[in-house]
Amino acid sequence: MAASNATRRRAVRSAALIAGLAPAVGLLLRALLDRLGADPVEEITHETGEWALRFLILTLAVTPARRLLGWSWLAPERRTFGLVAFGYASLHFATYLLLDLELDFSVLAEDILERPYITAGFAGFAALVPLAVTSTRASMKRLGARWIRIHRLVFVAAAAACLHFLWGVKADLLEPAIYTGIVATLVATRLRHLPGRSSIDSDPAR
Amino acid sequence: MDLQVCIGSAKLGLQLERIRGILGVADSSLNGIFRMERIGRPGIEAVDAPSAEERAGVLIHRRPQIATSEVTDRALYLRRREFLRRSAAGMALLGAGAASCFESERADAALASADSTGAKPRRLKGLEGLAPARPPFTVDEELTPRRDAIRYNNFYEFGTDKSDPVRNAAGFRTAPWSVAIEGEVGKPGTIGLEDLLAPHTLEERIYRLRCVEAWSMVIPWVGIPLGAVLERFEPTSKAKYVAFETLLDREQMPGQRRRVLDWPYREGLRIDEAMHPLAILAVGMYGEVLPNQNGAPLRLVVPWKYGFKSIKSIVRIRLQEREPYTSWSASAPREYGFYANVNPEVDHPRWSQARERRIGDLRKRDTLPFNGYGDMVASLYTGMDLRRSF
Repeated sequence: MAASNATRRRAVRSAALIAGLAPAVGLLLRALLDRLGADPVEEITHETGEWALRFLILTLAVTPARRLLGWSWLAPERRTFGLVAFGYASLHFATYLLLDLELDFSVLAEDILERPYITAGFAGFAALVPLAVTSTRASMKRLGARWIRIHRLVFVAAAAACLHFLWGVKADLLEPAIYTGIVATLVATRLRHLPGRSSIDSDPAR
Repeated sequence: MDLQVCIGSAKLGLQLERIRGILGVADSSLNGIFRMERIGRPGIEAVDAPSAEERAGVLIHRRPQIATSEVTDRALYLRRREFLRRSAAGMALLGAGAASCFESERADAALASADSTGAKPRRLKGLEGLAPARPPFTVDEELTPRRDAIRYNNFYEFGTDKSDPVRNAAGFRTAPWSVAIEGEVGKPGTIGLEDLLAPHTLEERIYRLRCVEAWSMVIPWVGIPLGAVLERFEPTSKAKYVAFETLLDREQMPGQRRRVLDWPYREGLRIDEAMHPLAILAVGMYGEVLPNQNGAPLRLVVPWKYGFKSIKSIVRIRLQEREPYTSWSASAPREYGFYANVNPEVDHPRWSQARERRIGDLRKRDTLPFNGYGDMVASLYTGMDLRRSF
């Protein structure tokens, strides 16, 4: 049974990695084949941003899936999904900084300070950085209980990402509203497991 | 015109273009380099030694003779290539006699499936002998590829994604079409599109199009001056503004089934803006009938204002004394004003308007006041605070 468990874990890990890389490969292929449409910069910006949010949602879904559906086999991939989300968020931010702002840091500062949707987006990205940095098993051990508290930042990141999307669109709120609804639902499933109820469930991010 | 001759000349055009490309001396590529230098490295401008007028942003008067020939050449080349493409597709699908089939539904449908953009190009009747655009009604800048102009559209009636309209507008019925002219006019009434156009000569206008979202294009429109059309209906002295309205048709315009905006889409101009020679009613672009996703069969083009002012698929024109309701300023009054003149100094609350990305370019460029038409239109706004009246 141990062998088949290990096999299954490897299969799940491979599937998670493939799922994580597929959108990036797709974007790369479209770029090489000139299939990114009339405004490739806009397309790359939107795609990387949306995939960052989708994988953030997957990350948030792992714990409810374990608790409500008993999918404990998915638990080890929470970190994979989180790192993939951080990867797409980094590409999203890099596209904006490099191709939209053309590395004009004074405009970056102005955007962050004066434009609420950029403020929210930047805050979300900034919140993901410590999570990515402390994602190793060693950090987990070293930080102990503090690791759990730090990783509650994922909720900040998700909320900021939703605001960023909602405030960024011109008039059609449907798509960001759907994402926000999903994030809210995933957060709501945790309300029964607020810290203090039991030691096992004291980690809301789990 | 003999089909063979046509294709022959088109091939010649393509070959010439290819040779120029290999030699690296294409007019357009030279333009591109010139432009990169201007936006990318300001120091180069000294070498180019622009006149005071040019530095003031009067781009449309720069090198007018060369400009006309270059742009015209490019436009004709694009048209030839378009014709070749349609000829090839038509013949492949329908066999000989393709030329006569261009107007038919069958050819359209076949071409639509053959063309990944879903476009159904139709030659514009009455374009033969059409005079090429002349300054100040043309710009010395490379045309946006037609392919991009017809697949990247903000036309919320057909969906809010810019790739939606090309798909969702494919079956839009643009004939018969009529326009109601009402309000402060001596001769109000509803007029068929053919009758509306009949007394006027179609003109080509190569204009910059600056979207409020900070991207831009250069498009060869075909249309008629709006002022000349309005004159025919004899505006009264109370006609201070002109209000325009897009078709309201939930069946055909799926985007109207959701209240993204308060349908129908409405826009407006002050009467002196409407009478300005730059303002046109367009029925075509790139020498073709206006594609549905670009606002067929009749749209406004006001090149010194953000694109959303240039209302599409117009069914009503009303002259009136008070400032008209306009859809975007009603939807978000803090973000969109009635005037919506292109202004790099006044940011959209959510993004800077100082720079723009010309579709097809990687680098951004500076946005020009009044989209580069300041010398012709700035006087309309003398004494106005354009920060307040944005």
